[in-house]
Amino acid sequence: MSFPVLPVILLAPLAAALVLVFVPKDEHKLIKSVAAIGTFVSMALSFYVYFGYDQTLGGLQYVIRHDWIQDLGVTFFLAVDGISLPMLLLTNLIGFSAIFASWNIGTRPREFFILLLVLITGVMGTFIAHDLFIFLLFYEVVVIPIYIMVVIWGSSKRVTKEYAAMKLTIYLLIGSGFLLVGVIALFTKSISILGAPDMSFSALAIAGSQLSAFDQKWLFALLLFGFGSLISMWPFHSWSPDGYAGAPTAVSMIHAGVLKKIGGYGLIKVAVVTLPVGAHFWAPWMAVLGIAGVAYAAFGALAQKDLKYVVGYSSVSHMGYVMIAVACLDVIGLNGAVANMFAHGVMAALFFSMIGFIYEKTHTRWIPDMGGLAHQTPKLAVGFMMAAMASLGLPGLISFMPEFTIFVSAFDNYGGLAVIGIAGIIITALYVLRAGANTLFGPPRTEYDHLEDIKGVELVPLVVLGTVLVVGGLLPSLLFDMINSGVVPLHAEISNVLQLGGNL
Amino acid sequence: MPFDTSLLSIEMLTAALGLAVLILGIISPASAKKGLGWITVIGLLGVSGAAIGFWGTQGSVYSGMYLVDNYATFWKLTFLVAAVLVVLGSMRYVDNLGGQTEYYSTLIFATLGMMVMASAGDFITLFMGLELMTISFIILVCFRKNESKSVEAGIKYILLASMSSAVLLYGLSLIYGLTGSINIYEVGRIVAMNPVSPALILGVVMLLAGFGFKISAVPFHMWSPDVYEGAPTPVTAFLAVGSKAASLAILLRVFVAALPGIWEHWAMVVAILAGVTIIVGNLVAIPQDNIKRLLAYSSIAQAGYILVGLVTATEAGIKGVMFYAFLYVFATLGAFTVATYFYNITGSDKIKDYAGLSQRSPLMAVVMLVAMLSMAGIPPLAGFVGKFYLFTTIVDNYLWLAFIGLIMSMVSVYYYLRVALVMYRDEPADSTPIKVSSPVAITLVVTMLVTLIIGVYPGPLSEVVNAAAHSFFLQ
Repeated sequence: MSFPVLPVILLAPLAAALVLVFVPKDEHKLIKSVAAIGTFVSMALSFYVYFGYDQTLGGLQYVIRHDWIQDLGVTFFLAVDGISLPMLLLTNLIGFSAIFASWNIGTRPREFFILLLVLITGVMGTFIAHDLFIFLLFYEVVVIPIYIMVVIWGSSKRVTKEYAAMKLTIYLLIGSGFLLVGVIALFTKSISILGAPDMSFSALAIAGSQLSAFDQKWLFALLLFGFGSLISMWPFHSWSPDGYAGAPTAVSMIHAGVLKKIGGYGLIKVAVVTLPVGAHFWAPWMAVLGIAGVAYAAFGALAQKDLKYVVGYSSVSHMGYVMIAVACLDVIGLNGAVANMFAHGVMAALFFSMIGFIYEKTHTRWIPDMGGLAHQTPKLAVGFMMAAMASLGLPGLISFMPEFTIFVSAFDNYGGLAVIGIAGIIITALYVLRAGANTLFGPPRTEYDHLEDIKGVELVPLVVLGTVLVVGGLLPSLLFDMINSGVVPLHAEISNVLQLGGNL
Repeated sequence: MPFDTSLLSIEMLTAALGLAVLILGIISPASAKKGLGWITVIGLLGVSGAAIGFWGTQGSVYSGMYLVDNYATFWKLTFLVAAVLVVLGSMRYVDNLGGQTEYYSTLIFATLGMMVMASAGDFITLFMGLELMTISFIILVCFRKNESKSVEAGIKYILLASMSSAVLLYGLSLIYGLTGSINIYEVGRIVAMNPVSPALILGVVMLLAGFGFKISAVPFHMWSPDVYEGAPTPVTAFLAVGSKAASLAILLRVFVAALPGIWEHWAMVVAILAGVTIIVGNLVAIPQDNIKRLLAYSSIAQAGYILVGLVTATEAGIKGVMFYAFLYVFATLGAFTVATYFYNITGSDKIKDYAGLSQRSPLMAVVMLVAMLSMAGIPPLAGFVGKFYLFTTIVDNYLWLAFIGLIMSMVSVYYYLRVALVMYRDEPADSTPIKVSSPVAITLVVTMLVTLIIGVYPGPLSEVVNAAAHSFFLQ
């Protein structure tokens, strides 16, 4: 057996967190360096895995599998495929950048970085687990660190940070409560079909596709509610703008960047694959909810004057596209869904890190109070505008191709409805350009003359995420070939079941 | 008929330990009494060792009066571990209070009562064990003799406990009258063969009420918040853990072994009882501002979750109950030990006084958080796996109960997080660090590690519990 690379990726941040427990709490530099090293190891190794993955072979690679709980058929099953790899890479890119975006944390930094590292580990775990039980273990690990981080290091502007934290937590947990009922019901039903308990994704997919249409429909509804509230599917999205506004920068980055993508990932890898008939039944509803989310949140963003709320609503709107894409249930749509999650993750994380720096320096996020910041902080302005341009889907940046792909598929499947969704992109352009213009451009304001531009390690998020933004835009095949290698076999399974089940 | 009394050896050892502590306490000078705690710990650990030796033994003494099987042995080990942790966590508390002799020996006798309950094969043994445990607890609950709250709690407990014992006894006598047997498994055979009579149902209802009191299931839970609040905190912990676990052990034995024949008559009642207990426990916990009352209501809710395992009366259900009860012991003891120690230092049980605990003592804050989140069923802590086992048994036929259970456990996070909020966000009013003494630190670290390890790697425990649940049906 070769080097167990996935466990190392998974445990490196956790190991760093353990080291931090023993670092004196006043050694701020040392604490931050340890956290940076832990996440760097994970990031470097996930690049290695990403480019080492054999796309022609496809399927699950770098597999680690051990018996875990025998009477539940749980195995400790880590592996990656074309869908989970981009998500793993995304997590580590953002995790590494988030450490540097929080470099100026002054209060209780040791606790902050321990929680942040636990959070990153939890998110990573969901993307590489291929056993539903292990997936669930990681799925909720993230809840508590986020809660504590928001109440200690968050900010109270429009809503108090306590309210924001509780709202984030309760939404996610109620969603996962329903999800859990669905999972347990699916699991008990699968035992009688398979003859033995087995919680791996692949076994559940075999069992799930044999369930009656009725079972598939109500189980899918539960999973859709659970995963949907995590991906901020309209109308279960209201935690997202409030939550991001209250959270510290690093949490906003990780939450908007990758955590809510667990919802989309789970929807594709668990719900759709396991219950294709249910997915087929609910697909029009998902499309409608997705389109409603796109339109509603875009208008919502238009009305906001707090920068974080703008990006918060914008992320709800972008996740609406993902919902539409998943609802298409074809190869192009699913490709677009995964790619858009990756693209939005990079973009949202860059956005939040830049807003974090702006807030740190100007002590405000209120757009009317700002203006002309590009004069005093040109590098910050570059990062901000890159994220803004990516958000409106400028060709040459990473999010153009995914959105284009989604529109192709949506138009194919839902025709007229898709037009509303596509129109959302005009409003997107309106609000991001307006936010950018009012914050960065115009005459310089004298009260901001003392501001220092981001420098030194503060540039890391801009460099790392900005590079991915451009490279992913210029060479979309790097991303799409990978995703396609995961989506094609998955789609073959689904359509196979749907054809067989045509007479259900 | 020759009787193999060696099967009783761990009970005899425990009784001897209790008497030895009593005698040693009387003859030793006051200054040496602090050592009694350690003698108790070592003695109980020795008994636990002997109990482990019984693993795999299957037999009965006195024609089925007293059963020894993996089921009983597992429960006994659970009680012993709980007793050891309680003693470790309460040494300093008792040293401040005085009366070590009585405290430790009564605690050992309570443990003995629980062990007898786990092994009871007929109604008489059952009742003996139950009373031994209950009377010991009455003494322990009003151990702070000079405090009105403790005495009040004692009076409440003695009144309601004797009342519930009477109800239980009435139920038992009805069943005996109808079947002509007091042997639990024998009753099971007779009940299965004969038609159901209204009197039998009445008996079953009375049993449920009697046991419902002991495990503080709604609507028989009224006593527990007051008693939990008034009793000395380590006693509260043992009451919440030991008394509840022992009553569950015998509840399962009676319902699954003696009454499976009329299962369809009580399954729905138990399911409703479980649902109501979960809802009331969790909702009433929300407005509490005293940590002991909060934990009392949360332990009511926990009883509701555990009852879920009884609904189907299958091996899987028993396994779920045992698994959950085992980890419930650790989570509850962790939380109560923090509360005990915090009271020692600050003299307060108010949640708002926990402000800044994460800065005064990171260990205590973490243990409290882990214990509470495990009770809420947040992975990767043990409570999640426990709930997974319990709810897999009922999801097919009682889907509504699964919804209640899982949604309410997410609601419970709300009040647990309020405590976390106070501990982590707020600045302490008095920022002197709290130094945790070593026996307490041992308890805290053990409970936390067990909760974490079982949560992440439950495989070994689940196999042990499987074997235990399997032996239940071999008698």
